[in-house]
Amino acid sequence: MEMTMHLRLNPILCDGYGQCAELLPGLVELDEWGYPIVPRRALDRRLEPAARRAVKMCPRLALSLERAA
Amino acid sequence: MRSLSNPAVWYLMRGSGVVTLILFTGVVVLGIATTMRFRPGRLPRFVTLGLHRSVSLLAVLFLGIHVATALADSYAKVGLAQALVPLPSAKYGLFLGLGALSLDLLAAVLVTSVIRHRLSQRVWKGIHWLAYASWPVAFYHAVGIGTDKTSGWFVDVAVACASVVVVAVFWRLLALRRPYPKYLGAES
Amino acid sequence: MSAVAAFRVDPRAPRLLAAGLHGPLPRFLRRRELDGLMAEIEAAGLTGRGGAGFPTAVKLAAVARAGGAVVVANGTEGEPASWKDKVLLSMNPHLVVDGAVTAAALVGASEIVFAVGRANRTVRKHLERALDERSDADVDVFVESVPDRFVAGEASALVNRLNGGPSKPTIQRPSVRGVHGRPTLVQNVETLANVALIARYGAGWFRERGTPEEPGTVLVTVLGAVRSPGVVEVELGTPIHDVIQRAGGLAALPQALLVGGYFGAWVRARDALELPLTNAGLAPLGVSLGARTIVVLPQDACGLGESVRVARYLARESAGQCGPCVFGLPAMADALERLDVDRIHRLVPLVAGRGACSHPDGAARFVASAVEVFADEIERHRRGRCRSTNHEPVLPLGASGEWR
Repeated sequence: MEMTMHLRLNPILCDGYGQCAELLPGLVELDEWGYPIVPRRALDRRLEPAARRAVKMCPRLALSLERAA
Repeated sequence: MRSLSNPAVWYLMRGSGVVTLILFTGVVVLGIATTMRFRPGRLPRFVTLGLHRSVSLLAVLFLGIHVATALADSYAKVGLAQALVPLPSAKYGLFLGLGALSLDLLAAVLVTSVIRHRLSQRVWKGIHWLAYASWPVAFYHAVGIGTDKTSGWFVDVAVACASVVVVAVFWRLLALRRPYPKYLGAES
Repeated sequence: MSAVAAFRVDPRAPRLLAAGLHGPLPRFLRRRELDGLMAEIEAAGLTGRGGAGFPTAVKLAAVARAGGAVVVANGTEGEPASWKDKVLLSMNPHLVVDGAVTAAALVGASEIVFAVGRANRTVRKHLERALDERSDADVDVFVESVPDRFVAGEASALVNRLNGGPSKPTIQRPSVRGVHGRPTLVQNVETLANVALIARYGAGWFRERGTPEEPGTVLVTVLGAVRSPGVVEVELGTPIHDVIQRAGGLAALPQALLVGGYFGAWVRARDALELPLTNAGLAPLGVSLGARTIVVLPQDACGLGESVRVARYLARESAGQCGPCVFGLPAMADALERLDVDRIHRLVPLVAGRGACSHPDGAARFVASAVEVFADEIERHRRGRCRSTNHEPVLPLGASGEWR
């Protein structure tokens, strides 16, 4: 089973700052209330550096990168 | 006319102090702008947060220069304990102690921000709010310590810094009246 | 909310609701016996009776693997349309306690907490009286009254409350880190009662009722346009019209049924009455057993108005922690009231699955089903009419109190 990286959002910590959507424009979109829609599928390798930046930039530390099958 | 053993050090101490005050004013305003989800023109919001963090590191650098030169300067006669621990002094009254207090508060904010991921959100946030306290303390230290109190240019700088912070804090307080989540505007 | 006055018990299926008919609980002292019992529960195919329907044996095994566990018997029942847990605890508390004690032995727990809703003091009294009558020496037993919020019965919310916090869900899984940070088994009281029955009579006996895929009996709350609204015990697979018969039969011509509580879905009466009461049987209509309630909506009631009331209630009951739930649920209620079907279709995927618990998912499912089943009522409202001649509300709501 191949292990891939996944971007995970903690919806309780998320406060709708939207920095992640700006750093990952093709992947994360904001809904009409400003909250990010984080897809559950595996993260494209090429987006990994941008994803790490998004994890660091989140003012609520609501994002994390996880390795999963 | 007093003879100063190291006039360069003396001027560097005062100069770096003023720059630190200006930079920290910027940090406070950028911090409020981040919380308000402010977008600078067409630039994305992470620029605001990025600037807040970068400027705060720069401010700490200048603060370091300010404290180091104050300790080194023989005319200022500031000891290490006086720089770190808020105490009234014979020479400066309360005002040196205020500088030390401001330094302590900022050190707490800096350390907690660096080890953020190890702390609970509540602890980090509580200490970060101390930053709101450390700015007026630093301001009062700068204005009251007397080294540049009467210089015209310094008064202008001080008034500018104070005005900017008052306006930013007022803007922030207005947003508290909005419903949960506090500062969210519809994203376009 | 005292709309449901009498709770009738059907004597034809006296398993869970037959107080005092069960013999003494066997003592499980040796590892061998516990393993045997675990195998028995697995063979019985018991699934959770709290709404999620998770296989009980799997849950027990997961908590048993770790040490120092805690058992939480969940009798909070925050769903306003459901009374089965309150009835079970009032009528047969000893069976529930037997189940909790057995579960504690299985997972190696020395502490049991019985959680009940704060408002209904009789339930607590019956439970405490039963506990006074026994002496289960190897476990510490506590009874906790929790706020009567809709999400208070959610496993992580319950654990949060028991740890001194508000009754709000967290992202921490109770089986990993629960009460006092220990692995916690949160089990519905009806499920525990079934564990006690299996411990006495075995898997074979348990499987004598129900269907092969969904064995056993269940407690169902039947409300609305029926002659004797209340809680009935039926075997899984009973056709819905039979279940309604046990509640005295229909009191009026039915328009639609709400199956599975406020996280369930509306179904047209003519589509549902013949279906068997199982998850498999209800699946073609996009419905599951859920909270095990059936509310019969009569012909002369307005399903749309009822749905708007419940949608607003669900919005009020949001824990307020996740943006899509806080904003999405009121938006759906607004859209439903404004008859904006397109907006609802756009909102449902934006809301479902984006919270920390299943509250937004359930609310979205409920609203989506209302839009489908009451499509003609929506049309009628667009033309300024309403079919309701009797505006008395059918669906009960809870009073939104505190979170602690």
